Amino acid sequence: MKQLLFVSLLALSLNLSAANFEYPLQPQQIAADTFVLEGKTEDFSKDNGGFIVNSGYIVTKDGVLVIDTGSSRRFGEQQRALIEQATGKKVIRVYITHHHPDHFLGNQAYSDLPIYALPATTQGVKQEGEMFSSNMYRLIGDWMRDTSVVAPNQEAKLGREIIGGHELEFLAFKGHTHGDLAIFDHTTGVLFAGDLVFNQRAATTPHADIIDWLASLEQLLNIPFKVLVPGHGQVTQDDQAIGQTRAYLVWLQTILQQAAANGLDMNEVMSTPIPVDFKQVALAQSELRRSVAHLYPALEAAQLKPTQQAE
Amino acid sequence: MRPLFVVLLSSLLSPCGWAADSDPLNSPQWEFVHTRFLNGEPYQFDGKVKVEAPPDAEDSLNVPVAFQVAGLDSVQEIVVVADLNPIPQVLRFRPKAMRPNLGFRMKLQQGSPIHVAAKTADGIWHVGGVWVNAAGGGCTLPSLGTSSGDWTKTLGKVSANVWQRPDGTNRLRVRVMHPMDTGLASGIPTFHIENLHVLGQGGKLLAELDLFEPISENPMLSFDVAKETQFKLEGRDNNGNKIQAEVAQ
Repeated sequence: MKQLLFVSLLALSLNLSAANFEYPLQPQQIAADTFVLEGKTEDFSKDNGGFIVNSGYIVTKDGVLVIDTGSSRRFGEQQRALIEQATGKKVIRVYITHHHPDHFLGNQAYSDLPIYALPATTQGVKQEGEMFSSNMYRLIGDWMRDTSVVAPNQEAKLGREIIGGHELEFLAFKGHTHGDLAIFDHTTGVLFAGDLVFNQRAATTPHADIIDWLASLEQLLNIPFKVLVPGHGQVTQDDQAIGQTRAYLVWLQTILQQAAANGLDMNEVMSTPIPVDFKQVALAQSELRRSVAHLYPALEAAQLKPTQQAE
Repeated sequence: MRPLFVVLLSSLLSPCGWAADSDPLNSPQWEFVHTRFLNGEPYQFDGKVKVEAPPDAEDSLNVPVAFQVAGLDSVQEIVVVADLNPIPQVLRFRPKAMRPNLGFRMKLQQGSPIHVAAKTADGIWHVGGVWVNAAGGGCTLPSLGTSSGDWTKTLGKVSANVWQRPDGTNRLRVRVMHPMDTGLASGIPTFHIENLHVLGQGGKLLAELDLFEPISENPMLSFDVAKETQFKLEGRDNNGNKIQAEVAQ
């Protein structure tokens, strides 16, 4: 009984320590006028409040552009407050790279502004946003308080546009989802790649088409970037994270196809050992389990043959 | 702080110090499961009944579960129960001439212990299990087939394949197209496959299966058959639709 009481007290004190729900936002300058709020390479939890994703902002002469708004209303509000305080400028536009909940659920804090996204992203938010949102309440709890889904309200125009002295290029890709927006700042050489690129964190595949994704990565390699901002993991100056994401996806596709061709059941595929190359990649085994759930059903069905049946 | 908390919690939950036959998964429903689905018969928790499922269900409509029973003689029947599901009983499997192993997918309404109990000839149930966390809702949604309306075109269609496994035995995988509606989605009555027999060459009975509502739509089943390469599948659903198919390698 004493032990139980002690545990309850401990649990209570843990709750209290997170009770102010402050995200540890520390802007990291990655180029002139350009900053990133780097999230942890973890899964969603009540400890991290969903701060597991990179968001960024570009401080232009005309105001600030925000790229992705995080996992919750609280995140969006704290992000906007920090940006406007640190830069002394107003946010003028928001861009959402794709429709996954860790990238857009902070939109409420920007509902007075134009929020740009690809049409497939806006459609995805409208179709799946509520489901994502209720799942996030389950995963991160009170960090989500008062969060509701705000869909993007502007269609991102592709191609180049000069905004406040920055020549930005908006590029539409697909593969991680049906609509993956990348933003290349020709003025600074920074490429915001969204979740097309993961760095030392296993790629996630709930809406993935691996063939399309690999093709998109090939195109990213042709962009003359100096700094690359992946959706998850550290900002880099080279293309090593693109290579790692590509190698991981090729490995994933290969083991899934081989497993289906050998008649394996899902749980057997889920326990495939992670190769040495990806041992340092965070969440590789748990993302493999998720990817099997996403991608294996189609591959195994392709290995079945129709039977002879009496009509 | 956090690791200390975890250590304390796990020492509190660990089975040592509890009655020898308490459920390692601490299911609040274990006594009910024992009374209702194991008929209150003698049981023991037994590591020889290995149950595999991901710790977190990515898709509550399709949670992959597999079990293998190794080192127990003459397994008569295996029952799978998801303790906290609104319909807890998932399937009953009576292997007659194949290994007491099975892979399948199921619907979960919420996170739940999944117990697998294998009854040996001496009348004792050997119980294994695993806990699966889930966002839930899997049992109260209409099947995709029912909501899209095209299930009638494929009802009862069977596709399958047979593989030789590295250990020399064969693996039979079967998919039967069926909505497997639970009756818990508003206005959609229970509609599910009730039983399925796997026969070998010459009509030899290899295994009997009773399937219940929590089995996923278009059930996908993996059997570890010995050396057999030709099979017949016979079954029916609760509306009397027959399932009949011949499978050859």
